[in-house]
Amino acid sequence: MSAVVAEHDDHHDHDHGPAKGFLRWIITTNHKDIGTLYLVFALAMFFVGGTMAMIIRAELFEPGMQFVNPQFFNSMTTMHALVMVFGAVMPAFVGLANWMIPMMIGAPDMALPRMNNMSFWLLVAGVLLLASTLFMEGGAPASGWTLYPPLVLQTGKALPFAIFSVHLLGISSIMGAINIIATIFNMRAPGMTLMKMPMFVWTWLITAFLLIAIMPVFAGAVTMLLTDRFFDTSFFDAAGGGDPVLYQHIFWFFGHPEVYVMILPTFGVASTIIPVFARKPLFGYSSMVHATAAIAFLSFIVWAHHMFTVGMPIAGELYFMYATMLIAIPTGVKVFNWTATMWKGSMTFETPMLFSISFVVLFTMGGFTGLMMAVAPVDFQYHDTYFIVAHFHYTLVPASIFILMAAGYFWLPKWTGHMYDERIGRLHFWLSVISVNVLFFPQHFLGLAGMPRRIPDYAVQFADWNMISSIGGFIFGASQLLFLYIVIHTIKGGTGEKVTAEVWEDAAKHSLEWTLPSPPPYHSFTTPPTVIPTEHL
Amino acid sequence: MKKAKQLFAGLILTALGLGTAQAEYTLNLMKGVTKVSNDLYNLHMLILWICVFIGIGVFGTMFYSIYHHRKSRGHKAEQFHENTTVEIAWTIIPTLILIGMAIPATKAMIELDNVQESEMSIKVTGHQWKWEYDYLDNGIHFFSSLDEASNKVRQVGSGLDPRSVPNYLLNVDKPLVIPTKKKIRFVFTSADVIHSWWVPDLGWKKDTNPGFINESWTSVDEPGTYRGQCTELCGKDHGFMPIVVIAMNEPEYNAWVEQQKAAAAAEAGSASKQWTKEELVAKGKAVYETSCSSCHMPDGAGLPGTFPALKASPMVTGDINAQVKLVLNGKGMMPAFGKVLSTVDFAAVVTYTRNSLGNSVGDSIQPSAIQALQSGTPAADKNE
Repeated sequence: MSAVVAEHDDHHDHDHGPAKGFLRWIITTNHKDIGTLYLVFALAMFFVGGTMAMIIRAELFEPGMQFVNPQFFNSMTTMHALVMVFGAVMPAFVGLANWMIPMMIGAPDMALPRMNNMSFWLLVAGVLLLASTLFMEGGAPASGWTLYPPLVLQTGKALPFAIFSVHLLGISSIMGAINIIATIFNMRAPGMTLMKMPMFVWTWLITAFLLIAIMPVFAGAVTMLLTDRFFDTSFFDAAGGGDPVLYQHIFWFFGHPEVYVMILPTFGVASTIIPVFARKPLFGYSSMVHATAAIAFLSFIVWAHHMFTVGMPIAGELYFMYATMLIAIPTGVKVFNWTATMWKGSMTFETPMLFSISFVVLFTMGGFTGLMMAVAPVDFQYHDTYFIVAHFHYTLVPASIFILMAAGYFWLPKWTGHMYDERIGRLHFWLSVISVNVLFFPQHFLGLAGMPRRIPDYAVQFADWNMISSIGGFIFGASQLLFLYIVIHTIKGGTGEKVTAEVWEDAAKHSLEWTLPSPPPYHSFTTPPTVIPTEHL
Repeated sequence: MKKAKQLFAGLILTALGLGTAQAEYTLNLMKGVTKVSNDLYNLHMLILWICVFIGIGVFGTMFYSIYHHRKSRGHKAEQFHENTTVEIAWTIIPTLILIGMAIPATKAMIELDNVQESEMSIKVTGHQWKWEYDYLDNGIHFFSSLDEASNKVRQVGSGLDPRSVPNYLLNVDKPLVIPTKKKIRFVFTSADVIHSWWVPDLGWKKDTNPGFINESWTSVDEPGTYRGQCTELCGKDHGFMPIVVIAMNEPEYNAWVEQQKAAAAAEAGSASKQWTKEELVAKGKAVYETSCSSCHMPDGAGLPGTFPALKASPMVTGDINAQVKLVLNGKGMMPAFGKVLSTVDFAAVVTYTRNSLGNSVGDSIQPSAIQALQSGTPAADKNE
């Protein structure tokens, strides 16, 4: 083959869209294809993890053991968390990053497209490996997603598989994070300085640094579990000079920033959507950037607030209490800024805005309970009860998940060129927002009244609120099928209404993706844009 | 306020036609029965009201804006996007509020942490899935596990009604008894995995870490029965290892101590007597149900892949001394029962497994033989 022909082939590949057929999705290096893969995979895992939650809520519907044995129940709580965190929420945000970051900074694609493909397929391998443990002798891991030793070392055949799965997921996340950092630092359009970047890009930049810092820590912790179990080390065994609490310190050094990995991009999307529907620039852009960075920094120095009852010296208890309370300040700044963005705007309430507003309100409720738990002595009552379960579900479901839904409604018209059905979108919103509160609000009462978390059966005084919570859970679960329907319906043509490049009124004033046609070309910006939106400055 | 909320919740529940199974259900943190638990309750309420107050402010502003500043009402968007004064204000004011919260919180933390000058000490050891209590001052020692009635009902598919059991899952066979008005120091450790000992009425929980000691303290003013549960996931039966603390006035407590000492002496006597096989099997059944059945299952079938079956097991139907040794010293996840069971219970349960659960080896072992094996000398009086 002559050089000329080879050159021509190259040219052909790059200019005229995707490979033909099914192979396109395996070998693709295109940021939109990979973004779609991530989002579809995350949605599938959302339903897998959700099914596990339904099993949990079914068993807890009434006192007594009706459906599953306690060991399997523990596997369900463990796998529900792992699948939702590593299979649904994180990949969904990576999917959004893939789709939106190049379009928002005026780039043609991600900086490292082949690595992008690999990081997606490693994610699939990691999650499949994790899911395979469900069918192993001794069952899937049942020690909670935190995998605390010595309990986790009692896992059956599944333990090494779960550990290798964590390694794969970690490598995948790190590669995704490197790609995002490389893209943001190298591929911004001329004139797009750091302080002109959209908030979503900023929050992801900071999140990517968090990921690179913490995933190796988690990989290290689980590797120590592996050697403790199979190679006679005693990192976490007092009999050999180790300490089981050491694991908790290492885990939460990863685990606390990890929860911000799930919430910072959430903040970014909310800061993107609210100004568009308030028809007003984001209030306090630079304080938003600095608050995000402050939260990311604080996330590294507060980890032991997950372990107040583990037996720390008083100095440790007090330090972690004060440090944790500090997080309320930058988080408060964000909430105040969103409120100020809405203030004196000209608001309309399409589905993405509805989800975003309910995110601000319900995330703030999760923030309040977080502040309550930061107070170490009172946490001696709250710790490991349903109060905690309510708290972190408020910061994850009506926060991260709602914002992912909002992002779906907000950008689906851009991605597909079709409009979703607003009526069904609003129905989905109202069903979700009511049922999610019926599901999680009573769990505050249960926790305060003394119901521990991770129990498959409970004393009868907890029966009423558990039943209400389960009813909320079933409605919430079923409502999400509406979202699946809307996504498929929109991809297939939606309402048939022709959407403009801007989709939403004056959206192009806020961010670059709205200057591209809907759907955007396969390679977003083949020539850099010349005008950078600076509404927020 | 609390009454109003309870009434409101009651109305909702009645409207839903659920009825209340137990007269008492709470929406808020319980005040508890110690000074510490009351201090923590007050701190909890303080922070709760601060949050409610801030919430009303923020959400009020937001909903005012949502109502008035909407396009459908013809509101034109203003284009401001910065205001240094308000941004400084909403950084400084929360900081001051936080400092205001930190001061009482620090005081409470220091109080909670002070285990000095205690009048007696109790050692709590977590086991999968029961609690072990050692009274360090007078040598009383016993295990405390889920009561039999709850245990029957909580089996998967038992079909029994939890509401028929008083204090379902919150009752034990042998409660922890403490005197009132005394500062009691607790020390915590674990024999296997991490557990956490929580009685909400005392105001705190503490993890039990294997190989390490944790401390906490309480002083209960009023006699009463206070219930709690394990709060750190500790495996399969984490939900089934409750805690019951009975606080008694000094005279009753002293009587209880004497009674325990007499029972211990009687127990020691029964270890030296000769038991018939039937007596051992009958006693062993109860021991099996509290100590063995949660893993090896009530019918001895085990849980394939995790817990071996005892039914037709070569170990159980083989040499009795080998079985005794295994149970004495434990293996893998199986704890060393030599430290857990009395020699009578031990002999009884080994005899039971060999002559029940579908096994019929026909032999038995005497408590005295267990004692001999435990101290290292070979069993002399194994009888067929």
